[in-house]
Amino acid sequence: MNAVINLQDDRSERRTAPEGLRPETGSMSMIQALNSAMDVMLEKDPNVVIFGEDVGYFGGVFRCTEGLQQKHGEDRVFDTPIAEGGIVATAIGMGVNGLRPVVEIQFADYIYPAFDQIASELARLRYRSAGQFWSPVTIRTPCGGGIRGGQTHSQTPEALFAHVCGLKTVMPSNPYDAKGLLISAIEDDDPVIFFEPKRLYNGPFDGDPDKPAVSWDNHEKGQVPVGHYRVALGKAETVRAGNDLTILAYGTMVHVALAAAAREGIDAEVIDVRTLAPLDIDTLCESVCRTGRCVIVHEATRHCGYGAELSAQVQEHCFWNLEAPIERVTGWDTPYPHAQEWAYFPGQARVAKALRRTLDA
Amino acid sequence: MASRLHIPTAPYRPGEQPDFSTIKLPKAGELARPDELVAANECSELPFNLLRVLDDNHQATGPWDPQLPAAVLLDGLRYMLLTRLYDERMLRMQRQGKMSFYLKCTGEEAVSVAQCMAVNDGDMLFPTYRQQGLLITRGYPLLDMMCQCLSNAGDKLQGRQLPVMYSSDVHKFFSISGNLGTQFSQAVGWAMAAEYRKTNDIAVAWVGEGTSAEADFHYALTFSSVYRAPVILNVVNNQWAISTHQNVAGGDQNPFAARGIGYGIPGLRVDGNDFLATYAATRWAAQRARTGGGPTLIELYTYRAAPHSTSDDPAKYRPTDEWEHWPLGDPVERLKQHLVALDEWSETDHERMREELEDTVSTIWKEAVSLGTLNEGPHPPDAAMFEHVYKEMPSHLVEQRRQLEGRDERSN
Ligand SMILES: Cc1ncc(C[n+]2csc(CCOP(=O)(O)OP(=O)(O)O)c2C)c(N)n1
Repeated sequence: MNAVINLQDDRSERRTAPEGLRPETGSMSMIQALNSAMDVMLEKDPNVVIFGEDVGYFGGVFRCTEGLQQKHGEDRVFDTPIAEGGIVATAIGMGVNGLRPVVEIQFADYIYPAFDQIASELARLRYRSAGQFWSPVTIRTPCGGGIRGGQTHSQTPEALFAHVCGLKTVMPSNPYDAKGLLISAIEDDDPVIFFEPKRLYNGPFDGDPDKPAVSWDNHEKGQVPVGHYRVALGKAETVRAGNDLTILAYGTMVHVALAAAAREGIDAEVIDVRTLAPLDIDTLCESVCRTGRCVIVHEATRHCGYGAELSAQVQEHCFWNLEAPIERVTGWDTPYPHAQEWAYFPGQARVAKALRRTLDA
Repeated sequence: MASRLHIPTAPYRPGEQPDFSTIKLPKAGELARPDELVAANECSELPFNLLRVLDDNHQATGPWDPQLPAAVLLDGLRYMLLTRLYDERMLRMQRQGKMSFYLKCTGEEAVSVAQCMAVNDGDMLFPTYRQQGLLITRGYPLLDMMCQCLSNAGDKLQGRQLPVMYSSDVHKFFSISGNLGTQFSQAVGWAMAAEYRKTNDIAVAWVGEGTSAEADFHYALTFSSVYRAPVILNVVNNQWAISTHQNVAGGDQNPFAARGIGYGIPGLRVDGNDFLATYAATRWAAQRARTGGGPTLIELYTYRAAPHSTSDDPAKYRPTDEWEHWPLGDPVERLKQHLVALDEWSETDHERMREELEDTVSTIWKEAVSLGTLNEGPHPPDAAMFEHVYKEMPSHLVEQRRQLEGRDERSN
């Protein structure tokens, strides 16, 4: 059904780029990197369309789609009614009819009205039709706390999606990966849930809210190619090599883990999982089998959190090499509170304690 | 007067004598036929009426008469009868244990057959489980339908779906979901893409009146109205959602077709057992969609003569003879009478056609069971369950397939 469609591209007059949309340098925030990924894909593939609440004219409440409607036209980047289920449902239908929709759910906290369309429909369409129908939808959604968002603007519900077979679940931790992974997600013929840790949108965050905010400008991963490139789905990245123990983290927690290890002077190997499903178990286990110790860090609640899956898999594959119990550092099993945000957030101190316990075990 | 919680009930329960004389049936042919591009507000009387073309003497009458050649009507009759005979055969076979489940559309054959004939082959159909007539009308092989129901080695869906949850990309028949209503809003997206791609295709979607209460119904009306998507949104009001009467979906307030007005979508309420009226309404909506008028909401007023499915016993919640009292009759019988009145058909012709179609169904059934049944097999291979989860099989599924096949020491 989704055979190559030859589209007459008659929109070229409208394609004059607004000035200053792309940073002149290769330095980009995560917002700019995501914007650039979508810009590149809109340019490259006439079947790509982008829509969601406040996404068109205004460019999104986090500005990720800023300028894209102006540049690519109203029929390619547009606003939708406030109906997450409707957004995903129409995207599914469009995908079946040859398009490559990229939709934004304004906050991951508001993705639940669309859960049926995602889990029962999008994820299983290829399967239930034995390959006759499929829909390559990418769902972008900002997630995570540390922004004083309270319990309705801080959730990271990745485990709910990583649990659903047929979906690919991704969470980048920096601008370079964000752009490369988003391009891969859009080009992928399977549906992808793409979580964007909003605390990282404008700069890396090591978990200390009292430190002044830093931008991505001086970060190695803030240097982003302006054009098209991919970061492969399903591949973890070792962001710091080390020998004492292995930390598995993703999203904001990659930065917190690095800072916690540095603060304790621990030679940790830090792995950014990046794609939660399908999981790059080889990279993870190669490391844990070598270090013999493993700490898992995520921001979401603990019970049945994604760390439980990581822990189980590490145990299955590395049991005979383990020298200490696998530890998990996570959000507490409560909703994300407002006033007590920093008591909830699994910051450096809690990670550092777990690292110590694991080393001393 | 004190206000009170209103709990709607069904008009008749087992043991009661159904009397539908309260249902106001407008005379056939009386309803005006507005231009297809009329604004919803300017035809707001339509959803409160009932569009009928066949009158009590089996004649077609009024401005909605689609004036179809007899050959086309005979095709319609044939597809409807084939649908009914197919259903009857499959039900019997389910009773004999050949299948785990079956679901008939008896009494509602005109909905899928007339509607399918009123749109183009390139138009995409987003059905529920009760529109098997669409596949039959589009010429999907009966053998493939049967094999799907049998989950046997010939099942094109590799044994993944409950019987009757067909799918055919070639026939532009969307994969049926068990989750009620989800296809309604997906169809709107399909139609938006058709517009974006500048094709002239439209989408056609169905839900039952019970399902109109789901959020997807509202999504579909909102999105199709906002983006003026070329889509026909059908509510099949067959009075019953399993044991729940249409009143519990709000049918005792305003007709389902009238739901469109608030969205700026014209609504047509149609005698769904009148082949000609159903055809004409669909044709009108298709023309509207294809010429930029956007969506139409059609309520097909009909009656579910069969049990909900083979898992259901309607004697527990409605009078067993309710259908015989249903004032809109039987769609197959009514089209047959019309053709007889036109002198194009006779009882003898009809009997001959019935025998011929029964033979066809029997012959194909024998071929289908020769490819296996659910209980006795052969089935699609177990390992096929790992395919199509993703486009390419990820390593963990390759691993799990190995375990299933016992090629792994850890298999259990
Ligand atoms: C989301 C969802 N809820 C409930 C069900 C269970 N269920 C299956 S059919 C049905 C009744 C549907 O009635 P209606 O929409 O009127 O269609 P009909 O069966 O009369 O054609 C129910 C409640 C389901 N399949 N999906």
